[in-house]
Amino acid sequence: MASASPSIRVNHIGLPILEYRGEKSTLCPGCGHNAISERIIEAMFEMGVEPERVMKISGIGCSSKSPAYFMSRSPSFNGVHGRMPAVATGAILANRTMTTIGISGDGDTASIGIGQFVHMLRRNLPMIYIIENNGVYALTKGQFSATADLGSVLKSGVVNKLPAIDTCALAIQLGATFVGRSFSGDKKQLLSMLKAAISHKGTVMLDVISPCVTFNDHEGSTKSYKFMQENDEPINEVGFVASFDEIEVDYDSGKVFEVEMHDGSSLRLHKLLADYDPSDKANAVRTLMEAQENDEILTGMFYINTEQPTYLDLLNLVDEPLGTLPESLTRPPRSALDALMAALK
Amino acid sequence: MATGHLAPVQQPGARSAQTRVVNDFSINIATVNGSGSQSANSVLMKSIFGMGVPAGGKNLFPSNIAGEPTWFLIRASKDGYVARKRDSEILVALNPASVEDDLRAVPAGGAVIYEENMNLDHARGDIFFYPVPFDKITASICPEVKLRKLLKNMVYVGAVAQLLAIDLSVVESGLRRQFAKKQKVFEQNFGAVKAGFDYARDNLAKRDPFYIERMNATAGKIIIDGNAACGMGAVFAGVTVVAWYPITPSTTVIEATIDLLKKLRVTPEGKATFAVVQAEDELAAIGMVLGAGWAGARSMTATSGPGFSLMAEFCGLGYYAEIPGVIINVQRAGPSTGLPTRTQQADLLSAAFLSHGDTQYPILLPGSVKECFELTQAAFDLAERLQTPVFLLSDLDLGMNNWISEPFDYPSKPLDRGKVLTAADLERLGGEFARYRDVDGDAIGWRTLPGTPHPMASYFTRGSGHDDEAEYTEKPEKYQAVMERLARKFETARQLLPAPVAVRDSGSKIGFLAFGSTDCALRESIDQIKGRYGQDVDYLRVRAWPFAQAVHDFVASHERIYVVEQNRDAQLASLLKIDLTGGIAARLRSILHYNGLPVDAESITEEFAMKEGL
Repeated sequence: MASASPSIRVNHIGLPILEYRGEKSTLCPGCGHNAISERIIEAMFEMGVEPERVMKISGIGCSSKSPAYFMSRSPSFNGVHGRMPAVATGAILANRTMTTIGISGDGDTASIGIGQFVHMLRRNLPMIYIIENNGVYALTKGQFSATADLGSVLKSGVVNKLPAIDTCALAIQLGATFVGRSFSGDKKQLLSMLKAAISHKGTVMLDVISPCVTFNDHEGSTKSYKFMQENDEPINEVGFVASFDEIEVDYDSGKVFEVEMHDGSSLRLHKLLADYDPSDKANAVRTLMEAQENDEILTGMFYINTEQPTYLDLLNLVDEPLGTLPESLTRPPRSALDALMAALK
Repeated sequence: MATGHLAPVQQPGARSAQTRVVNDFSINIATVNGSGSQSANSVLMKSIFGMGVPAGGKNLFPSNIAGEPTWFLIRASKDGYVARKRDSEILVALNPASVEDDLRAVPAGGAVIYEENMNLDHARGDIFFYPVPFDKITASICPEVKLRKLLKNMVYVGAVAQLLAIDLSVVESGLRRQFAKKQKVFEQNFGAVKAGFDYARDNLAKRDPFYIERMNATAGKIIIDGNAACGMGAVFAGVTVVAWYPITPSTTVIEATIDLLKKLRVTPEGKATFAVVQAEDELAAIGMVLGAGWAGARSMTATSGPGFSLMAEFCGLGYYAEIPGVIINVQRAGPSTGLPTRTQQADLLSAAFLSHGDTQYPILLPGSVKECFELTQAAFDLAERLQTPVFLLSDLDLGMNNWISEPFDYPSKPLDRGKVLTAADLERLGGEFARYRDVDGDAIGWRTLPGTPHPMASYFTRGSGHDDEAEYTEKPEKYQAVMERLARKFETARQLLPAPVAVRDSGSKIGFLAFGSTDCALRESIDQIKGRYGQDVDYLRVRAWPFAQAVHDFVASHERIYVVEQNRDAQLASLLKIDLTGGIAARLRSILHYNGLPVDAESITEEFAMKEGL
């Protein structure tokens, strides 16, 4: 494949961006989810990930439809509502060599799927978990989800009286090792975070505020484009230099928190919030809780830990995919059965 | 517990002069849950087995950690019958809380070995009483108070062995195997056995007619429970991903699997060729199984009633998106929480149609521990061949109790990994790949696995409406075409599933149909019916749904069919009524047993005789 003409830009494995595209989106024009799909395409293209080496897994909802709209060359599994983590876990165990991206929504994650979500976090399963968060159930025409902020107002005038679940605070507390929040309208921040996410070994949990233009983009919504443009407060500016990039940028180390990723890439977080240290778990949770109390919407990289073993490390698996191990490795020999039988006589 | 027949009070001594009852009786050991009697019970059962006498054990235990009554039934049967015997002739009474009921259940002419301080000997005049001061004996041989509770169990092993004339040397060698690597523990336990044995020899005059005599009917045989056999089957089927949530009575399937995987499936470099995940619930367990099956693993879970219900939605996805996976359901008594530690065969209908919409699943129905081993392996091959979740329905009786069996055979065929296209295949096809297209006429498409290095390899797996290229569709004709192919695929399954077993084919006009663990009681009942009434009855044991043509033929060639099963709602008969054509379903009658205890032969025989007017 990829016999691109010289005029078309190709990535470092020789593929044009076209090879990362999906089918035409059937989501509403202007839906934040479409912008997120675009950033995923760009990130995978720029990182030179082979499309065949990516598994796309999703649950149910508008967000979960979106894997159809990026990377058609990647195998995809659109499962049942709230259960993407389980499917992803099984698929990753069967083939640990793949890069796995899970797409979920706020209902899919924070309500029906909260049980699986928290246990996936505990396991530090190596995958990228994206919540396309619009605070609302759109396919059923606009009910609040569990990430809707306290006091936000539905189109119908209904006011949300329950506190929002902060999926980032939850993820940090429970064991995810790469946690951040972005906004579908912030191309630069989201793209950098996605590229770093591809380099990370462990659970990446990205909560991406993604306005629903049909049911939650009005005055009084805290998940609207307008609200986010006015209230988005990045705690750091996310920069990413891939291992294969030759560009060296000078930076002031006092103002930048640098993280070396396990593939040799570099994540550079320019501090906006004074002395914010994204390797400090307790501080990260405290910062998020304080922000929630003050009605602030923080974005950026909240927490990163590149040392924590993943679930695959704990299982001590062979390097090859379990799914395609030959029979010689998976069926014990006759002598093994003979010995078992002898012991039962 | 079963109720015995209380004969009028008579002098038991008169009866003891009658014929000896050799190698054909049942022992009921009544203890308190948590008293550590399990290894003693096992030693006693294996001692009978060691005497060459066919023996089996059934643990009737409460859903409780400690304190509630529990019973262990050991049946010795020279004829090789392994079902629960309705009445146990010998009672070992160690639990004051249940002794009144336990005593009432002993049939006339039976014997009771009991803790002396319970003062039972005037309770009935038609059975033999053997008081044994278990506590005193135990105290005399064991200075450590903490150990006494456990060793007391071994004292009754010794006393029972002496009364039944079991060779002490056989008990000794059984005990030695039980505590193979723990010489001190062996010595303590054998000391207790011997103390009980000596007490009985010196103080109890044998009056009852029950004896164990040496036979040669167990040479080469093994003793194993069905759950361990399922675990073994999974390992020899090359399972690679196991996801589960603990639930009685299926837990030991996975524990046995893990145990064997750790022994047999670690590379010389110390790496695991398997992954086991204790999931957060059954929803996650089945999701992991399907995720793994989709990505090419041989994946499995084991569960029971409530967990099986939770798996419904995902199984429907597995059916519609055509993803392999093996689900072992060790049935317990429902509905709801039901009786978690009692047996039933009442998940057959829910298994057949689990999940909303039109769904169907192949179901395998092992009737013995050997079939637990063989059909678990078959389940993996069938799941990948048919690209669907496959259910294996065992039950608590088969799964958690000890059964005598021929040793298991090493699989004779290589693993069947089903229809999977490689990159080279795709290259040859010029990229012509439609995931759900029936290119072979068997209604099974070809699939690719994630990671196949070819730009045309990927497809979009979804539980929403799709066409044969796996594209989303709501078009009526395209949706319907897939549903119709799935129905045809089920007919392919019918051809591939294990055939029923014609257990008895005498040319009778009456037939029995049954599945699973009902088999052992039914075989015995057929002999009883022949012996008592001279009536031959044919018997076909069903091993899979959808039913093979041979099941239809069996019904068609008999005037009356009794479907014997362990549930209230006649679930096998109901499935038969759905499947049978031409009005022959009217020939079906039911014999049902559903009180939580394993079915026994007498109950079947009596109901059959009543319904037949014999």
